[in-house]
Amino acid sequence: MAATLSPPRLLPSGDSAITVEFSHDIDDAANARVLALDRTLASQSVTGVTETVPTYRSLLVHYDPVLTDFDALGEKLAALAQLPVPPVTKTRRWRIPVVYGGEFGIDLEDVAKTLEATPDDIVARHVAGDYRVAMIGFTPGWSYLSGLSQSLQMPRRQNPRLLTPAGTISIGGVQTGVQCLAGPSGWHLLGRTAVRTYQLRRDPIFLLEPGDCVTFSAVDAKTYAEQDRAAGAGEIVAELMAA
Amino acid sequence: MSKLVIPAIGPASSVQDGGRHGAQRYGLTPSGAMDRLALATANTLAGNPPFAAAIEIGPFGAAFTAREGAVRVALAGAPRNADIAGRAVASDTSVTLADGETLTLGFARGGCFSYLAIEGAIAGEPMFGSLSVNARAGLGSPYPRPLQAGDELQTRQPSGATERRIDLPSPDDGPIRVVMGPQDDEFDDATKNLLLDSEWKVSASSDRMGYRLEGPVAKHLYGHNIVSDGTVNGSIQVPGNGQPIVLMPDRGTTGGYPKIATVISADLGRFAQLPPGRGFRFKAVSMAEAQAEARKFAEMLRTLPDRIGAIESFDLNIAALQDANVAGAAVSAVDAGTWQTASPADTLAPD
Repeated sequence: MAATLSPPRLLPSGDSAITVEFSHDIDDAANARVLALDRTLASQSVTGVTETVPTYRSLLVHYDPVLTDFDALGEKLAALAQLPVPPVTKTRRWRIPVVYGGEFGIDLEDVAKTLEATPDDIVARHVAGDYRVAMIGFTPGWSYLSGLSQSLQMPRRQNPRLLTPAGTISIGGVQTGVQCLAGPSGWHLLGRTAVRTYQLRRDPIFLLEPGDCVTFSAVDAKTYAEQDRAAGAGEIVAELMAA
Repeated sequence: MSKLVIPAIGPASSVQDGGRHGAQRYGLTPSGAMDRLALATANTLAGNPPFAAAIEIGPFGAAFTAREGAVRVALAGAPRNADIAGRAVASDTSVTLADGETLTLGFARGGCFSYLAIEGAIAGEPMFGSLSVNARAGLGSPYPRPLQAGDELQTRQPSGATERRIDLPSPDDGPIRVVMGPQDDEFDDATKNLLLDSEWKVSASSDRMGYRLEGPVAKHLYGHNIVSDGTVNGSIQVPGNGQPIVLMPDRGTTGGYPKIATVISADLGRFAQLPPGRGFRFKAVSMAEAQAEARKFAEMLRTLPDRIGAIESFDLNIAALQDANVAGAAVSAVDAGTWQTASPADTLAPD
């Protein structure tokens, strides 16, 4: 780790939150610093901090302006962000089964055409990737993964779809994602997983954490159907790998 | 155990409390009341903790009937005609419904949301510490969806305490105050001035996720995509069409449009009550002023119980109401109208 770390920008998000921004663009080193500051704030109590939301390049810190203020908390966060990034002691690694193409991944053929490859090539490239959960956001369990192969990067769709299925595995720009609930998306749909990253009345309710490692494995439609039934009954289905 | 049954209720009505905090890092939005002061007022009148679950009633009418015992309720927020079998009920008071009696509410006047708190609060199963409805995430109790006719809310027998009224300071109708940022550097000075110098209106296609604004088109300096980052209640994001959207408690937890400014927390409830079509303005304030206002607002919430008084004479109260011409015959007004229940696609851009 470099001896001096550039100071983050402290951006006001209203009177009750600070955006601590480490980089303008998507950047793995910046994301590591986001997750490090997030861990620091989880491990020590800082007066007034109520909740943190890690994203690609910034950490949103919600706070109570009755207990602290922008200047005092900003100074504290800037100081904490300058600490060397502590090594991650334990990284969880998940393998998530995906049924690719066909009705499950309606954009696979088009993605292959655009990238001048076969659908099998696209699946092979996606399965070969070693990904990290950079952030979870937008809707419950929607996990944004960094580490997408350059050979799979392409602009998002011109016209976002208003409804895409629960469990969708998609790519957009430099990212790939695991979408839990049905909802709108402008990404290219490669497949679906039975894994629920968010499921009420299951322990844990949220499966993935920012910073977790993720790989994908290809399964057939029959396996997907079995896994979907099991997941519906509360099974996790995703495989937790030895670190 | 008494219950409050709902013979009729308009759209955009749901059980809401102080919100669901701590899981925004997993994409779970906080939800909670659109107007926190009005929620706290209704609860204080009903003898509940300020952010207990209550019924957030949208712009249309509603009716509530006590069953299996009496139920004591209190109404606050947007004023509306209210009566029990022809007896007018004033806003900002508590009232007890005898078993079988029905409280009938008309349209909201001069606001969007009213809150009906029930003494003893609403029985339900909290998820992440909250009963607030978030239909998309399947959360909310006793119903994980907006309220509809036929629903029943379990509560307890009233304590028999005297009915109460509350004296609130007269509402502020000044500009909606904002703190610039976090992405005001994505806009030039002319666009920032446009935000602050123009008259805006809340569009009818607004909902608990976001209020779309109608007014001049705001231009981005560097395009409308940023790397997704966290949002807050009151974030003013500017999507590709240049029509700002103010994010509300059911917002996405992250978003990929630049956020030019943020409504201060003390003004958010007042902003939420702006009826579609009414003109308003923004005013930029310093962080110090915004935080001083946040502290004043917290103090106001804390001291709400000091503003409570007894209703000595209900008859006198009625006469005063009639003089003020706010207690006319209540009409049932439960037509589903144009108030948007679907989500605007722009508040839903995933990235």
